[in-house]
Amino acid sequence: MNHTTNLTRREFMQVVSMAGGGLALGFHLPANSMGATDAAAAFVPNVWLKIDTAGLVTITVARSELGQGVRTALPMIVAEELEANWEDVRLEFALAHPDKYGDMTTGGSTSVRGSWEVLRKAGATARAMLITAAAQKWNVPRETCRALNGAVQHEPSGRRLGFGKLVEAAAQLPVPSDAPLKDAKDFRYLGKSLPRLDVPDKVYGRAIFGVDVKLPNMLYATVVHCPVFGGKVKSFDAKKTLSLKGVRQVLEIPTGIAVVANSTYSALQGSAALTITWEEGSHAKLNSAGIHKMFEEKSASAGVVVREDGEVTQAMAEAGRKLEAIYELPFLAHAPMEPMNCVAHVSAERAEIWAPTQAPQWAQSEVARVLGMPQEKVAVHTTLSGGAFGRRSMTDFAVEAAQIAKTVREPVQLLWSREEDMQHDFYRPASYHRLSAAIDRNGRITAWRHHLVAPSISAQLFGGQEDERRPDAVDGAAQVPYQIPNLRVEYVMANTAVPIGWWRSVYNSQNAFVNECFFDEIAAALGLDPYALRRRMLPEDSRLRGVLELVAEKAGWHKPVAPGRGRGLACHACFGSYFAEVAEVSVEEERRVRVHKFVCALDCGPIVHPDLIAAQVEGAIAMGLSAALQGEITIANGRVQQSSFDDYALLTFEEMPTVEVHILPSTAAQGGIGEPGLPPVAPALCNAIFAATGKRIRRLPLRSEDLKGT
Amino acid sequence: MPATLLVNGKKHEIEASEETPLLWLLRDTLGLTGTKFGCGRGLCGACTIHLDGEAARACVTSFAEAQGKRIVTIEGLAANETHPLLRAWIAEQVPQCGYCQPGQIMQAAALLAQTPRPSGAEIDAAMATVLCRCGTYLRIRRAIEHAAQEGGVR
Repeated sequence: MNHTTNLTRREFMQVVSMAGGGLALGFHLPANSMGATDAAAAFVPNVWLKIDTAGLVTITVARSELGQGVRTALPMIVAEELEANWEDVRLEFALAHPDKYGDMTTGGSTSVRGSWEVLRKAGATARAMLITAAAQKWNVPRETCRALNGAVQHEPSGRRLGFGKLVEAAAQLPVPSDAPLKDAKDFRYLGKSLPRLDVPDKVYGRAIFGVDVKLPNMLYATVVHCPVFGGKVKSFDAKKTLSLKGVRQVLEIPTGIAVVANSTYSALQGSAALTITWEEGSHAKLNSAGIHKMFEEKSASAGVVVREDGEVTQAMAEAGRKLEAIYELPFLAHAPMEPMNCVAHVSAERAEIWAPTQAPQWAQSEVARVLGMPQEKVAVHTTLSGGAFGRRSMTDFAVEAAQIAKTVREPVQLLWSREEDMQHDFYRPASYHRLSAAIDRNGRITAWRHHLVAPSISAQLFGGQEDERRPDAVDGAAQVPYQIPNLRVEYVMANTAVPIGWWRSVYNSQNAFVNECFFDEIAAALGLDPYALRRRMLPEDSRLRGVLELVAEKAGWHKPVAPGRGRGLACHACFGSYFAEVAEVSVEEERRVRVHKFVCALDCGPIVHPDLIAAQVEGAIAMGLSAALQGEITIANGRVQQSSFDDYALLTFEEMPTVEVHILPSTAAQGGIGEPGLPPVAPALCNAIFAATGKRIRRLPLRSEDLKGT
Repeated sequence: MPATLLVNGKKHEIEASEETPLLWLLRDTLGLTGTKFGCGRGLCGACTIHLDGEAARACVTSFAEAQGKRIVTIEGLAANETHPLLRAWIAEQVPQCGYCQPGQIMQAAALLAQTPRPSGAEIDAAMATVLCRCGTYLRIRRAIEHAAQEGGVR
């Protein structure tokens, strides 16, 4: 594409020429797409809106479809402002590029909120240009024309021209910098649950995930990794493997042994036939008990203070009453249904990668690095992901595929077995929390202290990059929403050899559990209703209080609960959104916890698609319950002990509670949706168990012995 | 040994060892990628297909066992896009990532073929072994009930 108009550096949009004619607008999405503008930088269009002469609208946005519905939500935003026909809108996946699209990472629940403004402006600008083009063509005042359903019409005469007939003239016009956005009351698409564009293919079995990519002459590979973290291959015997029919090659790569074959089955069979001696390295004695002991020891030492309000030490000393508790959480695996995989084709000059990835640019730069190629010689195609949850932000599988393909010189599809996927994840960190609270003689909470011990994801992944004053592990811990005059949150970094990474909602998944359960403990100790105490201690006009009130009303908090059941409440804000959830549970024979119902109220600002929000909340509740009820990765002899869905169980169909989702209408700043529904799940569940049984759960996952006596 | 598989009404001459899991013959040999690999041990149900009308896990069904049986995959079921179960699945907007959905649909189709009006407990029992990490279970239930009400799933 060539630029045909030259605008000032401050313009964020410009016309580009388009093969075959039509209107193409390039516009700039800030690299850190959280509403910050870097308009002073040179104009580099990184999102594209194209309208062809047939009126078909295509937007190219660099966000991965992980099941969260971006392939529907993002086109809706453009279609709304453009006044396009929904049926005429298409989304194209962008090929990874170092800077053309800004940051292409899909994570942090940012896809919609990071694109909202720029996509609206793009649609509105194109609409304004199409209207001008039509007015000029008809020689009528512009004000008498309007866009509707993929056409511009002249109101007085009823004349009408489809967008396709106007694009060539529109492309010759200057780009307006102040095209008006629509008023929310006039929205036709935004706020409505349009059918998802990706659903039919997924239902008919035609959707192409990473594992479904097939190239001519493609070979199949799998990898066996050293079971011990940090271990290496000492020696291996591939004789038996190479004697198997269909096996082509066995090769050592830095992370293990790869078997290349004519079919996936031959590769898997071949990998099982390998005899490998491992150099287990220095972590061969690592186990969960040792990690726990190390956390416990570090819990006795002072940490980096990340929040200090008032005089905590003094308030604690003067307390009429003190509460103390220890909370513990385990490592967790992501376990997406589609195991790690990647297709790579590498020649001497260039590499092509097809990957279900959340981070195509990182995959691109890492593959380029290991192949010793310039980044622009590596093309990364992002496929659909069969679940991601943060796991596909990493690049390990793409790097391995590239390393294998470099040797093989033919297209190779690398697929990990479920066992390799489960045992070579980047796990949600385990953590250890010491909480204390002071209550004065009038029953007021005067102090809150949270001492947190956990490995740091950013420190483990990026070494010295960790900022001591603002460590990642305190996300959700430092932001205690309640008005407590004396408050201290401190952190001790406790890194281990267990690889860790971002898992849906990251540290909020641990810290919301700790905060909201401990707050419930305080309410119980004071003999107060946990809803009333929360409400009283949240700032009056806060968005969190808004959703708290809504969830209490919808869940019938003040109405009696069915006999044998208990209700629990939790609220938490993260990723710019505000959530409150009520769980209803009973504890049945053999201390089996049955979760009957979840009611959720949320405020995420202006909404795009209510049903996508509901789906993400349902998903967050399922994932949060899987974790709280059974999720645990344990380590013995430097190895992960779990290997598949029999020993790392996921919530099943009949265990899924009913879910009600209530969205608080809001014009406040837009927040994310993929992650923030998860953190309140475990505390709501455990607070409900307390309400039903009087048993306080302070470590996850739920253990039968912690329910003794019920 | 070469042998014939009857997949979605079509005969395919296939050369493979007897113990080869049907899953890989469908995916790698026949290119029917709608049937997914999730665990390889029959634990997750992502590879669910029909063998003579019964739901089966393709990852633990051998080539030998599949011979002489009518094999139907998601592609076979979806040859009729207006199949009531598929319509219901779309109407209820079930999928998120979509990876497990072919297995879910094949499991549900086998249930409805045998029990056109299943009770809640019958749906629970049939669907309990097909995992969804995205948590689409509530919508799966609605889609099954929706299709059962419309009938004609057989």
